[in-house]
Amino acid sequence: MNSRLLSIIRKEFIHILRDPRTLAIMFIIPIVELFLLGYAVTTDIRHLNTVVFDADRTPQSRQLVEAYRASDYFAIARYAQSEDEIAVLLDSGAIRAGIIIPAGYGDNLARGAVAQVAVLIDGSDPTVASTAFAASQSVGQAQSIKIVTQRLGVDVTRLGGIEIRPRVWYNPELRSANYMVPAVIGIILQFLTTLFTALTIVREREQGTIEQLVVTPIKSWELVVGKVVPYIAIAFFDLLEVLVLGTFWFGVPIRGSIPLLLGLSVLFLLASLGMGLFVSSVARSQLEAMFLAFLTMLPSIFIGGFLFPLEAMPGWLQAISYLVPLRYLLVIIRGIMLKGVGLGAFGDQVLALLILGPFIMFGASRRFRKSLE
Amino acid sequence: MNAIALSTEHISKHFDHFVAVDHVSFSVRRGEIYGLLGPNGAGKTTTIRMLLGLLTPTSGKGAVLGFDIVKQAEAIRQRVGYVSQKFSLYPDLTVAENFNFYGGVYGVSRAALAERRADIFRTIGLSGQDQERVSALAGGSRQRLALACALAHEPELLFLDEPTAGVDPISRRGLWDLLYALAARGASVLVTTHYMDEAENCHRLAFIYRGRLVAEGTPQEMKTQQMVAQVVEIDCEPLDAALTVLRAARWFDEVALYGALIHAIGQNVAEKISPARALLQSKGVAVKSAQVILPSLEDVFIARLRSVDVDDPISE
Repeated sequence: MNSRLLSIIRKEFIHILRDPRTLAIMFIIPIVELFLLGYAVTTDIRHLNTVVFDADRTPQSRQLVEAYRASDYFAIARYAQSEDEIAVLLDSGAIRAGIIIPAGYGDNLARGAVAQVAVLIDGSDPTVASTAFAASQSVGQAQSIKIVTQRLGVDVTRLGGIEIRPRVWYNPELRSANYMVPAVIGIILQFLTTLFTALTIVREREQGTIEQLVVTPIKSWELVVGKVVPYIAIAFFDLLEVLVLGTFWFGVPIRGSIPLLLGLSVLFLLASLGMGLFVSSVARSQLEAMFLAFLTMLPSIFIGGFLFPLEAMPGWLQAISYLVPLRYLLVIIRGIMLKGVGLGAFGDQVLALLILGPFIMFGASRRFRKSLE
Repeated sequence: MNAIALSTEHISKHFDHFVAVDHVSFSVRRGEIYGLLGPNGAGKTTTIRMLLGLLTPTSGKGAVLGFDIVKQAEAIRQRVGYVSQKFSLYPDLTVAENFNFYGGVYGVSRAALAERRADIFRTIGLSGQDQERVSALAGGSRQRLALACALAHEPELLFLDEPTAGVDPISRRGLWDLLYALAARGASVLVTTHYMDEAENCHRLAFIYRGRLVAEGTPQEMKTQQMVAQVVEIDCEPLDAALTVLRAARWFDEVALYGALIHAIGQNVAEKISPARALLQSKGVAVKSAQVILPSLEDVFIARLRSVDVDDPISE
């Protein structure tokens, strides 16, 4: 191997080892991020604080409340004495849902009439609201069928009709962690390589050492490769760290091939290193480099399919998201880990990365070479 | 072996409408320490950057160690050393690590580096400091290390851009001893400076001013041939009264303090010595001596720059 490249790599490793705090940060970032995203970003909505105003006070009304409680979606936090009290509680944010059972509910049921129940939902968080909305309906319907069955003395489900039996593949318990943990790998890979590539090059410029380097026989590609190799090594270490923690702590399955995962990640790195190189050619200080690196992270986080499903976005935003390399990596990582599929399933994603990576790298290298002059 | 280490022919560099270097031609011989002397912004650094292939000349041509500065920059960079104005070292690396890094990028083997390091550090006065972090080094030591790093690959030609700015006099002396030793071994040195006393140490030097090479020669030639005016050195007391009197008399083009002495510069100064002496004494100034002297390099430099400005005033 060429001695110029080796010298740069060796020097870069010394820089990293001499700065134990930054080194620690590089290993702690993935853990913090993993725990935050694994626990905090959860769309599994359970145990919503619920208040009940039971104006009926009959065995039937108590049965209904019990059915809601048993569903796990609603945690009955308290009983109100009036509808107004529910409104006050919803306003204060102390509760998310209120169940109002009007007087005469039990009588109506006994007469075989339709009994009405109101469920109030705090819609300020749409994710919470839509779950509560669906849950309130399904609980009510199940309870309704039970009552009808009792009245008729016949099991209505035996009278024919449609029975839906949904079966969820890949993530049967619908655990958010299974969705988030693989994505954290992608975010970590991009974040570390983009930020630290940019920082390490801008630092040379700030110190004035780059002026010295350009008069040596070092070629610009050697400088770039030599400087990023240590960070790639660290990024892969972090990747394994996330895989191990994700598997043993969060119980996220790895159904596919880990070598394939690593191999395709390398493809992605070309793009994220390119972005780091680009940032380094634009930023004049390490602070600027840091801000710009965060700026490149934003589209990846928000329109890369990391937090929010791409399908829900307006068409123009989806079109832009095709330029976000992370988008493809996330499909690949989630596919390998959760579905256990092989290379054959990722033809489009691999092609996209094969085009985007070299394109970004080429553009950034040109800019970088200009910035050396 | 070619006796010329470096040469330029009418090399120029224009930035938009600003002419940084204007038809500069000079050459440096093997084993020679050549100084480029000029005020800040005169075009010294731009000239060096062209010779290193970092800037493409607008016109003219140049060769370094027989290689064309435009087409063969890589071959040049492999064979020359360069110490820029800022001492570009890595503060978090040790002295030895900095040296090994720079040696490594020139392809010097680890074994050869260890040997050279001991050798160069001994000459340059860095022995025993191998394991010290550069961030803990004093300015003089850093500058010596920067030079040591530039020598790690045993360059045939060394470029030093203002090497002694901010360096104490003892370190400066040490630096020059080292440069002489290098030159004695056949290496050439191109050094830029704006310190006059330092320019005196060069084998040959050139004045660069407003992008132009305005004079060239050995320090001795500069003092004897470049100067149309002559200098009278007057040792007298009190100095401030003498200055006022001589300036008011308007017999000299320039009357200036030179340490505890007065330098009066002008034409045909020999015949003005006795009238000046008489005038000063009549005004109560005690004159100890007054004689025509060989001008200092500074006198020559200032006079030469003046004449450039007179011939070609800066339009604005």
